[in-house]
Amino acid sequence: MRNSRGAAESVPARTATHKPALFGRLLDYWPYVVGFLGMFAAWHVIATWFFVSVLFPPPLPVLRKAAELIANGELPINVWVSLKRILAGFALGSLIGVVIGLLVGSFRTFQRLLDPVVETLRFIPAVAMITVAVIWFGIGEVAKIFIIVYGTVFIVIISTAAGVASIPPNKARAALSLGATPVQLFLFVTLPATVPFILTGMRLAMANAFTTIVAAELVAANQGIGTLLWQSRLYMQVDTVFVVLLTLAVLGFVVDRCFRWAIFTFAHHYSPAN
Amino acid sequence: MALATFSKVSKVYRPTHGRPYVAVSDFDLQVEPEEFFCLLGPSGCGKTTVLNMLAGFEMPSDGAITLAGKPVRGPGSDRAVVFQGDDSLFGWLSALENVEFGMRMRHVPALERRARAHHYLALVGLDGQEHKYPQQLSGGMKQRIQIARVLANDPTMLLMDEPFAALDAQTRLSMQEQVRQIAGASHKPFFFITHDIDEAIALGTRIGVMKAGPASTLKALISVGLGEKRERADPEYLRVYREVHQMIREEVLKGANRSTRESRAGHA
Repeated sequence: MRNSRGAAESVPARTATHKPALFGRLLDYWPYVVGFLGMFAAWHVIATWFFVSVLFPPPLPVLRKAAELIANGELPINVWVSLKRILAGFALGSLIGVVIGLLVGSFRTFQRLLDPVVETLRFIPAVAMITVAVIWFGIGEVAKIFIIVYGTVFIVIISTAAGVASIPPNKARAALSLGATPVQLFLFVTLPATVPFILTGMRLAMANAFTTIVAAELVAANQGIGTLLWQSRLYMQVDTVFVVLLTLAVLGFVVDRCFRWAIFTFAHHYSPAN
Repeated sequence: MALATFSKVSKVYRPTHGRPYVAVSDFDLQVEPEEFFCLLGPSGCGKTTVLNMLAGFEMPSDGAITLAGKPVRGPGSDRAVVFQGDDSLFGWLSALENVEFGMRMRHVPALERRARAHHYLALVGLDGQEHKYPQQLSGGMKQRIQIARVLANDPTMLLMDEPFAALDAQTRLSMQEQVRQIAGASHKPFFFITHDIDEAIALGTRIGVMKAGPASTLKALISVGLGEKRERADPEYLRVYREVHQMIREEVLKGANRSTRESRAGHA
């Protein structure tokens, strides 16, 4: 009897995880590779034939300059300083955002209390807060971390609270009638059901943090990728300016891919629909 | 003595805008131990409201509901609920972990709860699917997880809110068959909501037919004098079917008349 039932109800498509050989998978990604190469090719063609200027270097000199800056340690140290600021501010901001977001999403009173605060402060761009941060904290690390926290917190609050609000009521009802206490309901249902929203909010906030840190370092810092950008502009080192821009693009891409990978690996069962 | 008792239960919804809506009014019922009670009625008649109040998800506006003599104050593990859709399953847990959930909340030791979960998954025919996640399984399999999940938690009473309404006809028949066997073996009372007359007769030992809403209440109680085997050709099956069908027809017509009258009044 079980056989007939199994045959009637089996779901083949989603459960099969067929992995082709490494070479085959790389072949699947050829449009990606072509896309990247095409970008550089276009840059090369424009800078060598159409818009020839010392102010717009083609990719090869820029890459040579990048190799030089990596070899003498200037690029890695500045990238590392900026990354540390981003990670510290981002981690702290996400933590605060998740806690407040869970409270706002779970309790109506909290939502009403904090709504005016969140819905007004979030419209002050983190970049605008640089002025205040410098006045309050000077040009040290605290100012930068403050700005990153500021830029992260509201995005994470809003997506976390939205995640809590979107949990189907039947999930909570099922948990309660299976014997869960309110605390268990929070820990074992609300929290895991909100994870995909939290991660999505954090991913958006991370992109934001990159923008913010460059702006903050342009204005007030002794080290960091934004500082490197600003100083090379002062000395008209156009190659270095382009190295920094390229670095930002690559860094952002890599960090975002890491995030996507983490979401896919750790949270692909945490689909909000289920 | 009755296990669950509704006495003069009413439920009024008071929206912030608009008129209050009386869903259920003066509802009286006693659910006996070991019976399979089917609550049947036209759609929108307040069946789910009745179940939600018994489950403790909603409080009655008036009247009292008791379970084993004690008033119902909220949800509890003595009344397990199988929901209509699959949105009550925990998508981040495997089938096995879903079934273990209630026991985990009640601190049943890991080995024991794993063994029980395996037992009930096998009972509903899901052995071999333990480590799949709900979204990897079909609609029928998801409802089986829900059923295993409530059975493993050993409740006093099982409440089911149209659990098979979204399934295809073949799966529904096989699920009904299985639930009847499980109910017979478990000696626990079932409180089963459906709008399908055949389903009510195939499962129930007693059927309660509700009037059309609003302010709905029980229209009649019918005992089903059928044993384990339930054949459609059985004269008793046909008798119950005709009786219930006639009642539902009356209520559906009444409801339709009422709504045309209301829409006319609204236009005037």
